[in-house]
Amino acid sequence: MSERSLRGKTAITGIGETTYYRHGASPHSEFKLALQAVVAACADAGISPHEIDGFASYGDDRSDAGHLAAALGIRELKFSNMFWGGGGGGVCGAIGNAAAAVATGMADCVVAFRSLAQGQYRRYGRSGAAPLLSGDDSFVIPYGVMSPAQRFAMKVTRFMHDHGIKQDALRAISLACYHHAQNNPNAVMRGRPLDEEKYDTSRWIIEPFFHLYDCCQENDGAAAVIAMSAERARDLKNKPAYILACAQGSDERSAAPAHNMPNYASSHFGQLAPRLYQMAKLAPDDMGIVQCYENFTGGVLMSLVEHGLVKADEANEVLVKDNLIAPDGCMPLNTSGGNLAECYMHGLELVHESVRQIRGVAINQTHKNDAALIMGGPMVTPVSSLILGSEAAL
Amino acid sequence: MSSTYLPAGLPQPGTGPDGLAEPYWAGTREGTLRIQRCSACQSWQWGPEWICHRCHCFEMAWVDIVGRGRIYSYERPHHPVHAALDGHGPYLVVLVELPDYGMVRIIGNLLGDPRQEVVIGAAVEAVFEPHPQADPPYTLVQWRLR
Repeated sequence: MSERSLRGKTAITGIGETTYYRHGASPHSEFKLALQAVVAACADAGISPHEIDGFASYGDDRSDAGHLAAALGIRELKFSNMFWGGGGGGVCGAIGNAAAAVATGMADCVVAFRSLAQGQYRRYGRSGAAPLLSGDDSFVIPYGVMSPAQRFAMKVTRFMHDHGIKQDALRAISLACYHHAQNNPNAVMRGRPLDEEKYDTSRWIIEPFFHLYDCCQENDGAAAVIAMSAERARDLKNKPAYILACAQGSDERSAAPAHNMPNYASSHFGQLAPRLYQMAKLAPDDMGIVQCYENFTGGVLMSLVEHGLVKADEANEVLVKDNLIAPDGCMPLNTSGGNLAECYMHGLELVHESVRQIRGVAINQTHKNDAALIMGGPMVTPVSSLILGSEAAL
Repeated sequence: MSSTYLPAGLPQPGTGPDGLAEPYWAGTREGTLRIQRCSACQSWQWGPEWICHRCHCFEMAWVDIVGRGRIYSYERPHHPVHAALDGHGPYLVVLVELPDYGMVRIIGNLLGDPRQEVVIGAAVEAVFEPHPQADPPYTLVQWRLR
């Protein structure tokens, strides 16, 4: 029996994104944004939108595959797929699902996408709870644990406590993201640089570790990537970004009710990361490009630790700004600005940036760009991670 | 002074259409804290589930417990995310682990000064906070240092 693996069988051939807007500021409807991103990704790949035969998304995206296929005149829809779970836990998983469909012959050209227009719908950071709760919500919301930040902050508190990690480590993550965004014309926070003092004096969202600048933006926009077979990818105009591995899931019982997951102080990547590296046949040290979904900087910290990039007891020394910025840092992080400072496109902007880095056309280009690690949606359940690579990494 | 830690107007707990958690909320209204214990393997389990995740027995008993534990983690939210909390100021949430009951964890507010220093590992005990004006009435379980 041949090895069961996604490694190198598919590649990202095109990426597309809309203008990124502040939340509620999109002049376009959410569905139109999705269409714009898909069409842009096709143009980038050099294919017609009529070649698409599948859609994969996550975060309960409201732009459904059937309507997208109808609007775009897709002649035969062969694959439609939604990754369970809210937030960005599925960003890498959706790409993995698209790649799996192509690798197994279910479809030939699958788009993974995300579209968000919060003026049209509601924000994530404001409670949308009904007056009468049910299920797990009854055990948390009446105590004022309502928003994603409030649901995750105690995981970060405990992790920092267990390992003696200081706020400065989280600050460095935020500073790096804002630093990279200043060069990025599509970054919502371009022109709004961040320094130590501005971070330190920013208001508390949640003590003891969530300053304003530890929390992601909320934005409007859409992004899409196209997965095709490695053979097709080599015939197209862009340098292929091969999908070397995808892993999704969570730690044991990480969705246990009312904060009773066994491994509480965690981003939930601990069991997943070894599978990811095994499929990619690469190690943490091989990752020249590191992109981590920042819902909150504490989640980034735990993700970096659980993916073997930083040891928890060395986090205070390693997580300093100079180490995290391109091109000369030892671990350039979120080189386009990420969710904090480019756009909260539910992490798909991190995949776009990884593809640009592998192509060698990124604005903040890293020196080492043959392999990229993307980590999606720390602390939610399920989460997912992805490793992309150049021809040299195959 | 308000008789409840957080202001009125927040969403209130309910048992939902499946009734799974009804014994818990019936207990708190009577001043009793109860959680689930598997009738077969005797494992403690929280929050409520239909099945024991260890042995897959469906007979989950509700057992009265003593509300004593220690602070496993905490947070002090400042930014209000619900209209009922606008202008209220910071408040304290604690995650309490119960060493006598399989280390299950329960969330509540830590009573007292919302700006007090919180120590992970501190011993706490449960306090019942009735909301008799609510429809239907309910009682939350809060925590204070002991």
